[in-house]
Order: sequence, then structure tokens, then C-alpha cells
Amino acid sequence: MSKKKNTDKVIITGEKDMPPMPASLGSMLSNKTASWRSIRPVILVEKCTRCMICWKYCPEPAILPTDPPTIDYDYCKGCGICIEECPFDAIETEKEGK
Amino acid sequence: MKKVLTGNFAAAYGATAARVHVVAAYPITPQTTIVEILSEIVADGLLKADFIKVESEHSALAASIGAQAAGARTFTATSAQGLTLMHELIHWAARGRLPIVMANVNRAMAPGWSIWADVTDSISQRDTGWMQVYCENNQEVYDTILLSYRISEHKDVLLPTLVNLDAFFLSHTSQVVDLRDQDKIDSFIPPYNPEYKLDIKNPSSFGALTSPEHYYEFSYKMQCAQENAIHIIEETGAEFSRIFGKSYGLTESYRCDDAEHLLVSYGTIAGTVKEAVDRIRNKGVKAGALKIRYFRPFPKKRVREICSNFKSIGIIDRAVSYGQAGPFFTEVKSVLDKEKHQLYGFIAGLGGRDVSITDIEAMIHTMQSKEADDLIWIGVKR
Repeated sequence: MSKKKNTDKVIITGEKDMPPMPASLGSMLSNKTASWRSIRPVILVEKCTRCMICWKYCPEPAILPTDPPTIDYDYCKGCGICIEECPFDAIETEKEGK
Repeated sequence: MKKVLTGNFAAAYGATAARVHVVAAYPITPQTTIVEILSEIVADGLLKADFIKVESEHSALAASIGAQAAGARTFTATSAQGLTLMHELIHWAARGRLPIVMANVNRAMAPGWSIWADVTDSISQRDTGWMQVYCENNQEVYDTILLSYRISEHKDVLLPTLVNLDAFFLSHTSQVVDLRDQDKIDSFIPPYNPEYKLDIKNPSSFGALTSPEHYYEFSYKMQCAQENAIHIIEETGAEFSRIFGKSYGLTESYRCDDAEHLLVSYGTIAGTVKEAVDRIRNKGVKAGALKIRYFRPFPKKRVREICSNFKSIGIIDRAVSYGQAGPFFTEVKSVLDKEKHQLYGFIAGLGGRDVSITDIEAMIHTMQSKEADDLIWIGVKR
């Protein structure tokens, strides 16, 4: 089971399909953790210098190291750490559900 | 090669002989010299290992968990307050199925502040999923560390082991220890190569969120592993005996064949009980002894088999489960038909108080003359 890529959804019918410890269950693929987000960080591409400090600080990690960095809104909980840490004020807040 | 070693040195030499890759430990009396000698062995280049200095026992086990999950064979050691500070991570190591081996010098819990022998510290870790062994002498400490790596790392077990030795009675007492031949140890404990490990080439999550859909099955597998360990401990002990000429199992019987009274004990008290059995037999009383090595997995079947021949059974505990009775007493009682036996639960030696041969003779006298009793306090000053 551990051999599968982490993008594959693992099918488990019983304990015999399971490793001895909770390793690579793939549970987070279905368990999206962003549902309680109340604020949405938005990267302003024109102000972003690609310093990647937001990517380093994101505790989830829900900022992907693309060019420019992108936010994975399936897992971003809206903690706002990226907004706080961005030295160029290149991440803005939007109220969720606007 | 024979050497005169304290129990702590025996533990350190055992970990060295098992060729551990990582040692992460924090010093605490009476465990300190285990870590001290290991740091010297690593510094002298006699063991190719990383010695990680940490700021607490919680960190010591956390570092051990990380190392073991990355595929390193890991050793740590602690005692009493240190062991209980680790408690959260003791669960983590077992549920993560990481075969760490930890030496624990059994010491009483504070307050009153105590550095002396008592098994309350390790008994408090009963339900974590670790295997637990109690040693009678320094040779057993050294050999049990070797055995524990083999048993813990077995693919059908994958559970950590706590190797217990009594404070001062073993930790700081010198005895002759036969150090096993390194080539034979190397073939007895093959290199550690786990199927599941942290690997940057094949990233996977370890210990991630586990829903009720799966958590239950992981718990079931822990129990299966403990049950598998029962026969793997016996098999590995038999193999050890063929290679090194010393036999270790789940339990050890002493002069039980024609005995009428059975005394069950563990740790260093088991050695004193053997001496007491010899002496009381000279006075015409047929007594025998059963030493329990493994508290987890508890050798239910073996204990039941041995106890079935006895009506009168006394169990000596160096701890109390407050509000119940001695911890080994309740375990033994749980596997016996209580109608068939007279069971005596003796509490002795708490906080390092000496348990003498005279005390044990008095226990046998109680078993001959008094009614069964779950809780008999030996030598308490009332």
C-alpha cells in the first residue's frame, strides 16, 4: 500500500489491506480541511516577488511552490500567517462567502 | 568474554552489541550511567551511531520515534519521572509500530521524592502497547536487550520493548556478565530494514488523521501483534539458547515439580525468592517459584499451566494499583479459576525497601497458616 503514489485513493475493505501503522492511508484526500475557513488569502500576482516566504511559513502546507505560488483552497484554513509574513503585502484578505 | 558490570553498563553494552544507529536519551538517576557510558562508546568510535542530546525525556523519545520511523535502530533509557514524562510518546511509539528498545530503571514515583526501586513507573505504562520485560540480574539485562531487538523488529510483532531493571539492586550493583560473541550477535540480530519507513524518495504520511473507519482496525492489529509476540518470544529464546547457551522465555520455573506452595515474582525479588525456596525446603516445606519475565504480552496460557498444579499461590508485587491490589496479582488472578486456588497478594519492597529472605519465608508461612487474601502488606509499620 505504501508503494502507491499519494494521489491514489486507497481502497481498504478490512484490516488485512492495512499496514500495521497509520501510514499512507490517503485519508486526507477525502478529508478536506478548509470547510471552516472564514477569511480567504488571495495572492496579488503583480506585487508578488516569488520570494516564497509564504510557502515556507504555511503550517498546513497549503501554499504550493509554483510560479507564482498558488494557494490550495481545499486545505487552506485561513489562519492568515502568509498574510502576516509576506514582506511585500502581496497577499490580501477576502471575507469567505462574499 | 566475561566482565564485571553494573546493570546499567550491561544495558549500554547490550545496545552497543545490537549496533544501534541512534541513541537519544536524557540523564536521570539511577539511569544516568547508561547514557553516560553510551556517550563515551559513541565518542570513542566504538559504536557508529548518532548520539542525540535532548532537553527532556519527552524529547528523547520524540527523537527516537523520528529516528526509528526513518529506518534507524534506536535505543533510549530512562527511569520513573522521566518515563512518565514520556507517556504521550510512549503511546505514539507503540501505535506507530516502531520497534524501539528502551531500558527503564525501575524507580519509585514522587512524592515523596525517591530514587529507589519500585515498579509503579513501568506498570503505569501498561496499556500503551509496549512489550515489558522484568530482569532478575545483569546478565539477563544484557541478553534481554539483544533478544528485544530481534523480537520487537519481527514483522509479525513490530512493537517497542521496555526492558526493566530494578534501581540500585541492578543498576548500580556489579555482577559478572558474559558478553556474547559479536559475530554471533550480528547474525542473531540482522540489519534493520523495515517495510514501512519515512523515505524522501517515496513520500508517505505517518500517523495522519485516522477516522473511526480505520482506527479500530489499527487497535485490533496491535492486539494481534501482542498475541503473535507470545510464540515469537519463545521461539527467539530457544534460538538464543542454541547459539549462546542461555535460555529465556516468557516465564522461568524454579523447583516447581514436587512443590505445594508457589511463589510468583519478577525482577530482583525473583532471585531472592529462589534462595528462600532453597532454605525453606531444607526445613521440609515444599515450595517452588515462578518468575514472570513478560508483563506484556502477559503469558496467560503459561501462567495458567504452571499454576494449575498448585492450590496455594502467593504473588509478590513491588507496586500497588491503588484501590485494587498488586498489578501482577490481578493479572495472575485474571487467568485462574479462583475456586481452585488459594491466592495471596503480597505487597513488598515499595520505594526500595529491602525484601529479605526472612520476609519471603514469612510469606510462605502465611500461605501455610492463613486464609487467602488479595492484599497482604509485608512489613508495613502500622
